[in-house]
Amino acid sequence: MKKSKRSKIKESAIRAFFLSSGVLAVLVLIGIFITLLATAVPAFREIHLSEFLFKKNWDPTSPEKAEYGILSMIVGTLLVTAGSLALAVPIGIAVAAYLSDVAHWRVREIVKPVVEILAGIPSVVVGFLGIVLFGPAIARIFHTGNGLNAVNGSVLLAIMALPTIISISEDSLNAVPPAYGEASLALGASRWQTLVRVKIPAALSGIIAACMLGMGRAIGETMTVLMATGNARAFPHGFLDSVRTMTADIAIELGEVPYYTTHYYALFAIGLVLFVMTFIVNVIADVILHKYQEREL
Amino acid sequence: MKKMLITALAIIGLLASAAAAAPARKMIQIKGSDTMVNLVQILAEEYMSLNPAAAMAVIGGGSGTGVTGLINKTCDIANHSREWKPKEMDQAWEKGVSPRFFVIAVDGLSIIVNGKNPLEKLTMAQVGALYRGEIKNWKMLGGPDKAVSLYGRQSNSGTYTFMQEHVLVNKNYSTDMKEMNGSAQIIESILQDEGAVGYVGVGYLYDKDGKIRSGLKILNISKEPNGQAYSPLDKEAVDTKKYPVARPLYQAVNGRPSGEIARFLMWETGPEGQKIVEREGFYTIGGDYQAQNEKNFK
Repeated sequence: MKKSKRSKIKESAIRAFFLSSGVLAVLVLIGIFITLLATAVPAFREIHLSEFLFKKNWDPTSPEKAEYGILSMIVGTLLVTAGSLALAVPIGIAVAAYLSDVAHWRVREIVKPVVEILAGIPSVVVGFLGIVLFGPAIARIFHTGNGLNAVNGSVLLAIMALPTIISISEDSLNAVPPAYGEASLALGASRWQTLVRVKIPAALSGIIAACMLGMGRAIGETMTVLMATGNARAFPHGFLDSVRTMTADIAIELGEVPYYTTHYYALFAIGLVLFVMTFIVNVIADVILHKYQEREL
Repeated sequence: MKKMLITALAIIGLLASAAAAAPARKMIQIKGSDTMVNLVQILAEEYMSLNPAAAMAVIGGGSGTGVTGLINKTCDIANHSREWKPKEMDQAWEKGVSPRFFVIAVDGLSIIVNGKNPLEKLTMAQVGALYRGEIKNWKMLGGPDKAVSLYGRQSNSGTYTFMQEHVLVNKNYSTDMKEMNGSAQIIESILQDEGAVGYVGVGYLYDKDGKIRSGLKILNISKEPNGQAYSPLDKEAVDTKKYPVARPLYQAVNGRPSGEIARFLMWETGPEGQKIVEREGFYTIGGDYQAQNEKNFK
């Protein structure tokens, strides 16, 4: 009797602990959003919103005229992210499919941990690889003189997004009930047909979630792109142009900006735009996930 | 369970006593210019080996970072390769910080290109035009038909500001300029890129054996279009300001320096410190800077 009372207290304590952890996460998110908003809004006392979002020139420390247009940076961020996804998604899904369906279990036992270790490489190290290894290689392949451009950033971010995409896609492929595959094979489908037409569609929600998480990583990554993309402020006209991403700009300028100036507030406004962008990505991912889950039911 | 508790307590006790035993000496924080960070690091190490009681930490981040650090009192000495802006002086006074400046070395800011570039010299006006984006092909300067690829520092760098004020005559940099994280990165890029031009402090031109990095070409610069061009490696030209982009490298402290900070500054600007400045590829301070330093010690 006494014991059950004690365990009841214990249980409610544990429940309270988990509840407070959950609430804390929400509070932190709301706190960050409010701080970001409160620090970003004063920027628009001096900068027109449409000028901020749609002008190409960013030069807050200019001795001529300070300019606060972030369009080039938005395009730079999107360019690098799109490039990295174009590389990482096909490769990631292929590796996941290989690991879950084709590879011998011994190979899988080796390859999967190796892929996961890839996720642990610090971003500075990846950026350094971009400077000394990929940069010169890209310069030689495309005859551009230097390799500090969006291609370089895309390749590096693809490397960084791969572990997430592979790991989660593989998990969701493995979670497909074995009966699906067996039924497909029993109907005379080949292994390739089974994989492409049955298993991957069945695991699609997980795979899309994996790609979205990879995309989140790519949009928010700072150090790697800061080191490898050249950070030129010009509007990029292609993947072979040097780009400056929004994250890199915040990292470069926040350290020295005089506090409580328009420039300072504008940097937070960039952060807010970035936040809104990742928020939209997450919402889209959520909508897609729900759509597919409903269809499965 | 009990055993574990005792072990844990013992470990905590040990850690606490170790922390208490550590000498409670004050760490002198030095922050700022990336051009100066290597030099000051070596100066600080030498000084600490001569004075074991002194403790110093040197970090980079750019002149702007150092200046902001001194104003916000997060560092004791700010390294800066440009002068303070009026806005920064105002901020300092508002916060009760009265900076004093000491010149610890002189830098010949070097304009460098890839070793395969046939050009030997440029005028100040030409360098300015290059960085403003007005000259986009080396052909326009009598070089090969190759696109100019500009390398520079980021806006928190004193070198960036110095170039903008003195070479670009307060005009905007070309937006095509690639903004690099540090001088070493500029050099690495220039070694690979045949169309490149960049600017770095003279101390960065040397490899660890004290020789000029192979594959780099250091341009001679002339003040006037038809004037004599000088190299930043020419000590006399830098001293006499015939080399047009020479500049002093400063350290700033809050108020009249005292204690360990004063002794360190004295030592740096004295013969022993200056010998190291020379060994690291920068130039020693001349008479007028010395006189200026003397005044600021009082």
